[in-house]
Parts: sequence; structure tokens; C-alpha cells
Amino acid sequence: MSFDIAVRYQAGERERECAIASTAKLVAVTGPSGAGKTTLLHCIAGLRRPLDGHIRIGDETLFDSASATDLAPERRRAGYVFQDLRLFPHMTVAANLAYGERRESHWMRHAEALEFLGIAHLAERYPATLSGGEAKRVAIGRALLAAPRFLLLDEPLTSLDAARGEEILRLIERIRDELGLPILLVSHSPTEVERLAEDVVVME
Amino acid sequence: MSAWPNPAEWAIIALSLKVSLVAVALTLPPAYALAWLLARRSFPGRILLDAAVHLPLVVPPVVTGWLLLILFGRTGPIGAWLDRTFGLVLVFRWTGAALAAAVMALPLMVRAMRLSIEAVDRRLVGAARTLGATPWRAFLTITLPLSLPGILAGTMLGFARSLGEFGATITFASNIPGETRTLPLAIYSGLQLPGGEAAVTRLAIISVLLSVAALLASEMLVRRSHGRRAHVL
Repeated sequence: MSFDIAVRYQAGERERECAIASTAKLVAVTGPSGAGKTTLLHCIAGLRRPLDGHIRIGDETLFDSASATDLAPERRRAGYVFQDLRLFPHMTVAANLAYGERRESHWMRHAEALEFLGIAHLAERYPATLSGGEAKRVAIGRALLAAPRFLLLDEPLTSLDAARGEEILRLIERIRDELGLPILLVSHSPTEVERLAEDVVVME
Repeated sequence: MSAWPNPAEWAIIALSLKVSLVAVALTLPPAYALAWLLARRSFPGRILLDAAVHLPLVVPPVVTGWLLLILFGRTGPIGAWLDRTFGLVLVFRWTGAALAAAVMALPLMVRAMRLSIEAVDRRLVGAARTLGATPWRAFLTITLPLSLPGILAGTMLGFARSLGEFGATITFASNIPGETRTLPLAIYSGLQLPGGEAAVTRLAIISVLLSVAALLASEMLVRRSHGRRAHVL
């Protein structure tokens, strides 16, 4: 089972519930804005504590209220590509990429990742000088180089034009097919979900 | 009248710089810790702590000096303990002037640092944690460098405030030539003396120059680390 999640959590004023049980490599979570999709990703990454339930990804239990398991975010090894990217503004692209880098990431070395993402030439630039597509690829690269056990992608195609969007879509397909990481994708775009996901969870 | 300060006046300037630098250096770590606590943590008594930090800003400086005398005087609870344990006496010493300056500078330093810590996007700290950073590493690599302009602004304000400190100093450390007579106290003393105008003018000009120099220096540091559009104030 790649995803085994059943949690109750607070999102804004309301309590939400979400259950995902899937062996798919890429699961899409979809639903209207305000359904608590981003908050769900925060719960999975450890940035917010669910009210109760459990979160298991791969063979790792990240959170389980029954056994009082609650791994700190730095021990969960989530490759989280935030909707707002959250690149560190005071660091160059190279420093952003190196921030969480793990040497043990045997499946992808630094140079390979830069090549794979087409961002090698951006190394000395600061995030503020990047285009939307470049910044997004750097954010994906930063997440991949931290040797994550799974990926969380929050609306990876927003604020990109069609050509850049297509580029990122192909990239996600490659990550899904070549790297074999479990990926949880939050998206409200039916075409995106249809193209990428093997399994879909709809939140109300 | 000579524009150049005489040796006695140079000694006053040196003493003022020593007192202010020691005051700011001692205040910097606790001020940043308080600023971080007030900016990032909610805990019972937070409002009380906030008020206590701001007290020197709103209470008459003479009252602050008097409170220091009660607490840090030779028979005061903290003063007696310091004397017994470390043989450290603060009243009527330059160290006492530094303590008075530090207490008066604290609220200004905390305010500047707190604003800049609050301006650091907490979401960046969250991102750092998902990338494997412990809370401590996330603080050192994200919060601390991004709040640097506030640290510099607070340090500059604190230094200027220490350099100008009068009321609490004269109350707690007194006005002893060569020991606690800093620039403002020397200017005040000069005004009491017939024929002291020349000395007063020189010392006043020096006070202004030192404050402007501190401002320019911190402004330059901020620009160097955060680009041309960054400002200390």
C-alpha cells in the first residue's frame, strides 16, 4: 500500500475528514477550493497536527493517534512542492537546492537532477529573478534532492502558461514513471488529474 | 575656542563609547531572545512580559534609575548577591552606567527585532523543516538571517539610546568624572559651570557625529547584506 491515510483535521473553521487507501503511484486529491486539500498536505508533511487518525505512506507510519506516533516534519522526509513554492529568498538557487540535499540520494545525483529539470544554468540566481516556470522547477528540484520518501505536489501547474504547464506535466510523468516515488497531487484541474493520476480522491 | 577636544574630553568620549558598546553587546542576545519569544510564541504571561520589556520606555528614566538602585544597589537583592558571588559592584561604577544604558536600550532593541522577526515568513520555516531541518537549524538558516536588518536596526537604536542615556544613569551610577560621567552627563555638568560653553559645544557636536556615524554604518551593513532597497529604519 503506498498511501494509507484516514485523518480528521481542522481546516479553517471546519473539521474535515479524509481517507485515502491506494496502491497507485500517483494519487490525485481534488475538490473545490476551501475543501481543505492544502491543509491535508500540511498534516501529511507534519506542519499541522491532525485531530486524530493515522497517516502511513509506504511502510512508514508518520502519524497515528492510537499509538501517539507523530514524527517531526524533518523526520518524515516529505518532498513537498508548495503551491507558493517557498523558495528561500536570501539564498541562491544553488543554496536552495543544497538546503535539504542528502548524499544518500542514490537514485538521483545533484548533476542528474539539474539536468533532469533543466535548471543547471540558474545556479547563481536568486529566486526573485526567476520566471514562474523556473521557480517551480527549482522547487521540485529542491524537494527531489532531499531524497524524499514521497512527494506532495500542491497545484503544480497554477500560474504557468500552457507551454510551461506542459513542461511541468511531462516532468511529473517522468518522476512518476522513472523514479517510482509515491506522489500525492492536489489539483482542481480535471485534465491534469485525468492525465497524471492512477487513483483519484474527491474532497467535498 | 578650539574645536578639537582636549584630553579630558577625549576620555569622556572613550568612556561613553565603552559604556554604550558594553551595554549594547550585553543586551543583544537577551533582546533577540525576547523579541523572538514575543513574535513567535504565545504563552501565559506574554502580555506581562511585553509590558515589562516596554517599561523603561514609558516610565520616567529617573524612576528606572531608582528601581535599579533598589535592585542592584549594594544592599539590593541582586546587587548584594552579585557583590557576594562575583565581587561585582555596579553602583557608582562605569559598569553601573552600562547596566542603566542597557536597560534603557532594551525596549527599543526588542521592538526593532520583533518587527523584523514577525516579517519573516513562517511558511519558509515550515519549508525548511520538510527539507530535513531541525527547529534549531531552521532558526539559524532562515529566521536569523532574514531578520538581520532588524538586528542591525535594533543595535543601532540601542547604541544611540545608550550614548544619550542620562536620567537612569545619573540616578543609579551618579555623575563621577572618569567613572560614570558619560557625554550627556558631561554636557549637563559643563552647563552648570561658568565658561563651560566651549566644552559643551564640542561634546554636543561629538554626540551628534557619533549618532550619525552609527546610523550610517548600520545602513551600509544592511545594504551590503540585503540589497540597495533595504533600510535600517
